[in-house]
Amino acid sequence: MQEQQHRIERQVHLPLSKAFEIALRNIRIRFGRSMITASGILLGIAFLATVITQIAAQNALNIEVTEELRMRNIWLVTLALLMSTIGITNSMLMSVTERFKEIGTMKCLGALDRFVVTMFILEGMLMGVIASVLGAVVGAGVQLLAIGFGQGWSVIGKLDWGVLTGRLGLCILLGGGLTFLATIAPAYRAAKMPPAAALRVEI
Amino acid sequence: MASNEYVVRTKDLSKEFMLGGVPLRALDNVQLDIRRGEYVSIMGPSGSGKSTLFNMIGGLDKPTHGTVFINDVDMAQLDAQELAYLRCRTIGYIFQTFNLIPVMTALENVTLPTVFAGVPTDEGIERGIELLNIVGLGERLHHKPSELSGGQQQRVAIARSLANNPAIILADEPTGNLDLKTGKEIITLLKKLNQEQGVTIISATHDLKMLDVSDRVVWIRDGRIERIEERADLDIKVGEMEGVES
Ligand SMILES: Nc1ncnc2c1ncn2[C@@H]1O[C@H](COP(=O)(O)OP(=O)(O)OP(=O)(O)O)[C@@H](O)[C@H]1O
Ligand SMILES: [Mg+2]
Repeated sequence: MQEQQHRIERQVHLPLSKAFEIALRNIRIRFGRSMITASGILLGIAFLATVITQIAAQNALNIEVTEELRMRNIWLVTLALLMSTIGITNSMLMSVTERFKEIGTMKCLGALDRFVVTMFILEGMLMGVIASVLGAVVGAGVQLLAIGFGQGWSVIGKLDWGVLTGRLGLCILLGGGLTFLATIAPAYRAAKMPPAAALRVEI
Repeated sequence: MASNEYVVRTKDLSKEFMLGGVPLRALDNVQLDIRRGEYVSIMGPSGSGKSTLFNMIGGLDKPTHGTVFINDVDMAQLDAQELAYLRCRTIGYIFQTFNLIPVMTALENVTLPTVFAGVPTDEGIERGIELLNIVGLGERLHHKPSELSGGQQQRVAIARSLANNPAIILADEPTGNLDLKTGKEIITLLKKLNQEQGVTIISATHDLKMLDVSDRVVWIRDGRIERIEERADLDIKVGEMEGVES
């Protein structure tokens, strides 16, 4: 009985590092595919970061925030959020769905539903966080260059860096959070399917 | 080894699929007892319910009515964790389409079930190498499935099915995608494992080559067991067939 208990515990704990290892390897081996998935995330977050940096520049220049400008900013931020959400959801849904058969196979070999979900979440989060960080850096960087060239480099010095980095941090959190939600839904559905059904899925 | 005689028993086993609102009986009251160490072939025309039976016995899908007992345990009573435990250690699965994980090497594929069983990595790798040697792929440890022939991929799948020393190997048309000669080699390998390691083999198949090695053949049609032939009946049959051929 004690041995049984011990075994089952190991079955739960040991694969966590394995799940990470497999997730990492999946990203590396399907590098091309992973890049496409990741760029969906990257582009959404980059757009958001661009808008946020632009708003920071407006504040630094003490531009009078008219009602029209305010509405325009809100519209841009909303658009960027929508773009990120759709891009990320679409990327992650595709990348899980095309692997139903693999999920069915893993369950035949004794994987717990939890393991399958964990593996996809780790994989999604690795891509999501890296792509979000890159997206924030690229988006803000490009916009800063545009401001520097367009309105003079002195503007950059006047930026409220505390607020800007805080908001960019939020962008990254958002990217990670959206990736998490967009991964867990299909992964959970796949893991809950009877293996026979998952194995029948052909794409 | 447990003293109970039967590793698998099914009782009133039925499975219905809803197809456009109309129920279709893929399995109809199947009663089947399989003894420990037997080599059983399940034969029948396409659509007769072989794969459905395979899925029920393997705990890969749930029956509509009836029960499957594995080592006298009613599978319907198991929770998710116990079911995973059973799939991991008691049953090894072999598929017509091999179903190897494409991004993993032969050795990694074979080692995967040991990971799920909580076997330490070194031990798992050692076991994987040993099994790949048994199936004659000792030289191909680090090849990806895409770099192997169909027969070689099926050998990897067989090695993988043995990873945790299962009591039962369930195979669904293991030779279905292979040519005659390769199919024969796979059948010989399964028979060898059956004899040397005492593992019970249950194989759904169209392949008449399987008749030679089977202890029993279960013929199914339209989801029902039509007849069951024992080794003795089969010997006469095979004899007749050979007589006709020569
Ligand atoms: N998931 C499913 N949904 C609907 N119908 C199904 C499903 N699985 C099987 N069937 C039906 O059940 C019947 C038995 O199918 P099964 O796959 O068990 O046959 P089989 O004997 O394995 O055939 P084959 O030799 O072609 O593999 C068929 O009529 C099939 O259409
Ligand atoms: Mg079939």
